[in-house]
Amino acid sequence: MTEISAFFDQLWIARFVILKGLGVTVSISLLSIIAGSLLGVLVGLSLVYGNRLLRLVVRAYTDFIRGTPVLVLVLASYYVLSTIGIELGPFQAGVLALAIFCSSHVGEIVRGGLQAIPKGQTEAAKAIGLTFRQTFAYVLWPQALRQFLPAWVNTAAEMVKASTLLSVIGVAELLLRTQEIISRNFLSLQFYFFAGLLYFTINYGIERFGKYVERKTAVPS
Amino acid sequence: MSKILLEIQGLRKQYGTVEVLKGVDCTMQEGEVISIIGSSGSGKTTMLRCINMLEEFQGGRILLEGEDIGYEQSGTVRKRKSEKDIARQRALTGMAFQQFNLFPHMTAAENVMLGLVKVKKLSRDEARAIAEKWLDRVGLASRADHYPGQLSGGQQQRVAIARAIAMNPRLMLFDEVTSALDPELVGEVLQVIKGLAADGMSMLLVTHEMRFAYEVSSRVIFMNQGVICEEGDPKEMFLRPKTERLVEFLKTSSFN
Repeated sequence: MTEISAFFDQLWIARFVILKGLGVTVSISLLSIIAGSLLGVLVGLSLVYGNRLLRLVVRAYTDFIRGTPVLVLVLASYYVLSTIGIELGPFQAGVLALAIFCSSHVGEIVRGGLQAIPKGQTEAAKAIGLTFRQTFAYVLWPQALRQFLPAWVNTAAEMVKASTLLSVIGVAELLLRTQEIISRNFLSLQFYFFAGLLYFTINYGIERFGKYVERKTAVPS
Repeated sequence: MSKILLEIQGLRKQYGTVEVLKGVDCTMQEGEVISIIGSSGSGKTTMLRCINMLEEFQGGRILLEGEDIGYEQSGTVRKRKSEKDIARQRALTGMAFQQFNLFPHMTAAENVMLGLVKVKKLSRDEARAIAEKWLDRVGLASRADHYPGQLSGGQQQRVAIARAIAMNPRLMLFDEVTSALDPELVGEVLQVIKGLAADGMSMLLVTHEMRFAYEVSSRVIFMNQGVICEEGDPKEMFLRPKTERLVEFLKTSSFN
């Protein structure tokens, strides 16, 4: 009993630190998901509609990024970029690394979603006189979106988890804050568990939201 | 005398080194219903798809109401028209496909309306009225707000025909529109096409339904190995075929 109350005492003392850490984690995740998705859509479009050279370059980019551990990307972004004169703070460098990681995954998802659409859809759109832009906007993209929504939600949840890696370069996000708290009160089990619960809550929320959007946009059949 | 709608002159098309159309010539008057028959690989579908530039072609010309389709011809120089021009030309013909190709994320009415709103720039209300009129014509007024996934194959194909015809095309192209349907659903689609023929719609049909071709066409074209092998009045063609190839083909086809 006393142990539990001791935990809650410590939790109360650490509340603002945890909230700050949570805020940083959410910011990192949101920024990298948004930036990564925007970039990822461009990557996906290049892979599907780009000319041979562009496809080759972008394919090399995605394969390289996807084949590299995220931690390595984070470290490279922080330590290597500064050697070529690009000085980024840990937060910026970390978000950049995660956004790039995210973009390669979203790129593949977008590519897959677009390529899964039967050729007949484009032909039918052409046949009624739609231009390519119109075909894309009204026929292909809405179908691709529905197709890749689940995978995209999955990637978003991955980004939240990957945000913990920024603790390594000293970004005071939830995990690093938790470690700081533990170094003061030594309640490691309790506070790691609590942090885990917060991560789970965020990702569970993302997943529920994804399911909700999926249901809303589902095509009746 | 009716006027010439479509002229195909020396149409050539190849995939890599394989020549699938080896110089097709054909003239079509306004209001004609022409069935194109032939075994698979004879080039009949390819020819149809060249007419609305779903296939590029390497030689010859296609003229719709005197206008070159797809390519600019000045002297010996042949240049592909701009995407915008080609899109405009495509809207002059309507096409129905073997696999229907309805847009699955849109209702039947929205499928029909898309071209009217985005290509013809009609208001949504005008487009909706036209869509309802044509869905009614194909017997699907009550299904206007259903999604393709909620319709049978025959119903989907009728929506697809309504979608094409609502654009008020000069010429309708039908590419084996009953081939993917269950036998009991073929009739309802053919009935719609017959109705359009009775309205005087100019139509080119690639079909395996020989009985239907016989009944509905004003002319039949038999294609073999990339050229028109025989053409003429359906009665003559089916009852007194002249070429050996056609005799052979009719033996193996469903017409008897």
